[in-house]
Amino acid sequence: MEKVLTKDVPADGSALDIKRYELAGGYQGVRKALKMAPKEVIDVVKQSGLRGRGGAGFPTGMKWSFVPTGADAPHPKYLCCNADEMEPGTFKDRLLMEATPHQLIEGMICAAHAIEADVAYIFLRGEYILSAERLRKALAEAYEHNYLGKNILGSGVNLEMHLHMSGGRYMCGEETGLLNALEGKRANPRTKPPFPQISGLFGKPTIVQNVETLCNVHHIINKGPEWFKGLSKSEDGGTKLYGASGKVKRPGLWELPMGTTVREILEEHAGGMKEGLRFRGLLPGGASTDFLVEEHLDLKMDFTDVQKAGSRMGTGTMIVMDDRTCPVGFVKNLEHFFAQESCGWCTPCWSGLSWAEKMLQSIEDGQGQEADLDRLSYICRMTAPGHTFCALAPGAAEPLQSALKYFREDFERHIHEKRCPWR
Amino acid sequence: MLSPEERQEIEAEFGNYPDKRALTIDAMKIVQKHRGWVSDDALKDISEILGVPVSELDSVATFYNLIYRKPVGRHVILVCDSISCWVMGYDRLRDHLTSRLGIKMGETTADGRFTLLPIVCLGTCDHAPAMMVDEDLHRDLDTEKVDSILEQYK
Repeated sequence: MEKVLTKDVPADGSALDIKRYELAGGYQGVRKALKMAPKEVIDVVKQSGLRGRGGAGFPTGMKWSFVPTGADAPHPKYLCCNADEMEPGTFKDRLLMEATPHQLIEGMICAAHAIEADVAYIFLRGEYILSAERLRKALAEAYEHNYLGKNILGSGVNLEMHLHMSGGRYMCGEETGLLNALEGKRANPRTKPPFPQISGLFGKPTIVQNVETLCNVHHIINKGPEWFKGLSKSEDGGTKLYGASGKVKRPGLWELPMGTTVREILEEHAGGMKEGLRFRGLLPGGASTDFLVEEHLDLKMDFTDVQKAGSRMGTGTMIVMDDRTCPVGFVKNLEHFFAQESCGWCTPCWSGLSWAEKMLQSIEDGQGQEADLDRLSYICRMTAPGHTFCALAPGAAEPLQSALKYFREDFERHIHEKRCPWR
Repeated sequence: MLSPEERQEIEAEFGNYPDKRALTIDAMKIVQKHRGWVSDDALKDISEILGVPVSELDSVATFYNLIYRKPVGRHVILVCDSISCWVMGYDRLRDHLTSRLGIKMGETTADGRFTLLPIVCLGTCDHAPAMMVDEDLHRDLDTEKVDSILEQYK
């Protein structure tokens, strides 16, 4: 099967410098894109069916088409790369930035051209030290070779690109929270509308895209939308970086056709469960996705199929739960994370999630009551989409509500036996 | 007072943003890189350079988990306590670290050598459990490995 994003990842763990990147065909996408009109670039990306790889799966070309263009459009316009990989269980963008930083820069130049952006920011996790080092070097190389700066390759197109290291908070991964963080503020979410495409960073039209999404753009321009669709086993085009962590034989990250089944990723690539352990369930794409269980293993890992099972593909990096791990403890760990990372802006989130965490802790400690399970369900309902400013609390409810559904007897055992059976 | 280097590094970032008030986080991180943490006095100095009130700087500082408003040890240990590391043995790792260092999470050893803090998912889940010491990432940890890692930081 054809690899696209990881084809040129050096086996020795080094980063592909500009020389090696160009030898492997790098920056051909930029050359081609700069000869196209911005609208043509958007059309090609639209036709490819590329959907955002940060978790939400919004169609990329459509997002770009909302940006005002032409002589009357406000400037400067901004492109922001969301490289704030903080979704627990997710470790895919790290590889792309550490191994092929120029791939990200090239994708960003093409995307910036499509929306006629003047300035681009890479919003990087503060903890990603190696990514920062390698991106800084790659940015300097790209400026030296006039892929960035004024009049790029004589095209008349200008683009400045900067690296911003985050101060660290999960909320920065939320689109509008990220914009506030870039403006030097607390990363609270903003009310939508206005959407960032109209009024984003510093009040100007802005697009925010995930690393993996941007890394696909110049490949699509180079090889065309039909090629991109053909890579996939599903109606969502392209390849996908899939990962697995937890007690599987070979935790790791693999670039596979979009729509590879959950079972193939879990059993063939991750090697199945470690000796003596039984599979109980998995979160398909990070902490904020609903559990999938045995009956779902033949689903395709794509945006459409996983949703049919009431979950989301999310980031595509699955967290696997085995039978020696307590489901209540597992969910308590997740809710601790969400309660801690809540920005405190809206009540269902800061109040509901810390309440959920406390109840889960008391169930874990053998002090739970039967009614706690109803109270937990109530919190899930109160943090549903529409009740909160952003997607953090609805995301936090996803593993909780599905754990209450699939592992209810385990919760009940804790309450009846007044202890954690796994301790 | 900010040192000339700190001031220079902050001012070097001015061109990257249309408004220097956007530099709050960058400026605090620059100061922290030089001094280990961000004191009240440093906030006042940054406030003057950027034109952002001290109260707002403090509200920003306390929002972000990589900005320290209290002194820290010579080395900061960030132990990932998120889900994949928890499944792979975070509890044992934490207990080992706290008992070996004789401090609780959030504390600094009496000799000022280490500060121990929890951190959210470090994005290296296929090599869990993981931690960072200063700017170095350490992965696939067990208690023996942790002991030899700590020896590298004096």
